[in-house]
Amino acid sequence: MSDITKQSLSELVENIKSKKLSSSEVTKAFVERSDKSKELNAYITEDYANALNKAKIFDEKPDLNLKLPGIPMAVKDLFCTRDLRTTAGSKILNNFVPTYESTVTQSIWNEGAILMGKLNCDEFAMGSSNETSFFGSVQNPIDKNLVPGGSSGGSSSAVAAQLTPITIGTDTGGSIRQPASFTGTVGLKPTYGSCSRYGIVAFASSLDQAGPMAQNVRDCALLHEVISTYDEKDSTSIEFKRNEYSKELTKDIKGKKIGIPKEYRVDGMPKEIEDLWKKGIEYAKDCGAEIIDISLPHTNYALPTYYIVAPAEASSNLARYDGVKYGFRAEGENLIDMYEKTRSEGFGAEVQRRIMIGTYVLSSGYYDAYYLKAQKVRKLIKNDFDDAYKKVDAILTPSTPSSAFKIGEKTNDPVSMYLNDIFTVPVNLAGLPGISIPAGHDAKGYPLGLQIIGKAFDEQNILNIAYAMEEKINFKNNITDWWLK
Amino acid sequence: MSIDLKTIKHISKLSRISVDEKKAEKLAGDLNSIFDFIEKLNELKTDNVEPLTSVAETTLKLRSDEVKSKNLRDQVIKNSPKENEDYFVVPKVIE
Repeated sequence: MSDITKQSLSELVENIKSKKLSSSEVTKAFVERSDKSKELNAYITEDYANALNKAKIFDEKPDLNLKLPGIPMAVKDLFCTRDLRTTAGSKILNNFVPTYESTVTQSIWNEGAILMGKLNCDEFAMGSSNETSFFGSVQNPIDKNLVPGGSSGGSSSAVAAQLTPITIGTDTGGSIRQPASFTGTVGLKPTYGSCSRYGIVAFASSLDQAGPMAQNVRDCALLHEVISTYDEKDSTSIEFKRNEYSKELTKDIKGKKIGIPKEYRVDGMPKEIEDLWKKGIEYAKDCGAEIIDISLPHTNYALPTYYIVAPAEASSNLARYDGVKYGFRAEGENLIDMYEKTRSEGFGAEVQRRIMIGTYVLSSGYYDAYYLKAQKVRKLIKNDFDDAYKKVDAILTPSTPSSAFKIGEKTNDPVSMYLNDIFTVPVNLAGLPGISIPAGHDAKGYPLGLQIIGKAFDEQNILNIAYAMEEKINFKNNITDWWLK
Repeated sequence: MSIDLKTIKHISKLSRISVDEKKAEKLAGDLNSIFDFIEKLNELKTDNVEPLTSVAETTLKLRSDEVKSKNLRDQVIKNSPKENEDYFVVPKVIE
């Protein structure tokens, strides 16, 4: 079956459960396609032989009651995988082989899925284009030399190019939703506290969340159902009633109130984004939703707040990379010299920049002016959402202010790169769930996404809205396999 | 506001990241443009706003004080760049 890799996760699960396909056949198909797609640079570490072997073992005694029976999957290289190198896209972890497994990936393997390899990402998830990775930039399968978004750029590229039926990314300021938008795929950032952070290389702990990236909303709901678990190993994991998201998925969203925040109409927003948003509003109305204008007055302050909070937490989290316990070490004349050389040679430019920003805003004399100020503004941003949710059930916005850009186009201007996340960052600051679904194309034929933001713990609702709208939008990704020889 | 080279050197020392003159100049440029952007927050009056330290509105859970992982010595030392039996090895600290 040559078209195995064209099937969605849900179709593959169905075909394995009904024994039309074996795990070995499916795994072989994705391994072969991944192997032929090296030009995309989506993988950092391949584990194909092990994957094929595990598929063979699965087929000998298949447990077809599992949710992901014998499904091969590559994951973002920010999740620790036992005995398989985990780099976070950084030279400083180039040789790091975890001795333990992240809770999220463990949940996935427990449901029968099989690891194929680790996917490229921006270094320590700090980036919006996958260009900060020590392992090189990633190609967007939509067009040559186009960024796949970031930081989960290897993940978005691999799902869009059908190198893996589905994957997981992490989202600190938009790192799942923005790459999903750039590649015509679906990406969900869950509510803070739904998915365990245990075993995920930390970037900004009050913002980081893992989430699914998929070809469609149903697949996304299925994987979310697997990875959303309470975990005592993560002190900010939250116990709440979790749905069977894929089973409870419905297109009936009649009467749902969807808010349109006027502040997301930002200066200089391309007309095609504005048009996409208008089209999205019409789709939502067609599905029976009620559209309500709302205000999120502090939206413009979200990015400056994020660029204090995230680097501050990063500078603290990344203090652990000292060349002593694990990872890369540069030799030095004395201990301090060894630390400084290790970190200077081991971290890339963007990571060093963010550590320096974070160190500065936390340093004596500046803490109140920057960090405390940012935490207060963060409260105002969250209050905006709390107020809005008194009137609406969900919020509809564009996912990004533009479509994907060319590799190298924005690398020299950090602020213009940061502006990519203008619509996604407020969601992380408020700890809310948000999903990006493909909704159209720009004049160049590049995909554009719409974001649906929900109330905390209300993933089911935004999945349902996305599911209903997906049918109306009927998006087709235009992928020509240009990278295959 | 302007971050000068002296401040960059100071932050670099606090961050334990070595910088030479060229890198310091590049960083000063980048950080100044980022902080110009961050200054926008000063438009807001926040005197009576409570800082948000966690979006998860729960108190930290207590758990019983039990050892759940043990005998991890080999695992802990496994990824070390340099070790000697049970110890991490670093450049000499005390003469």
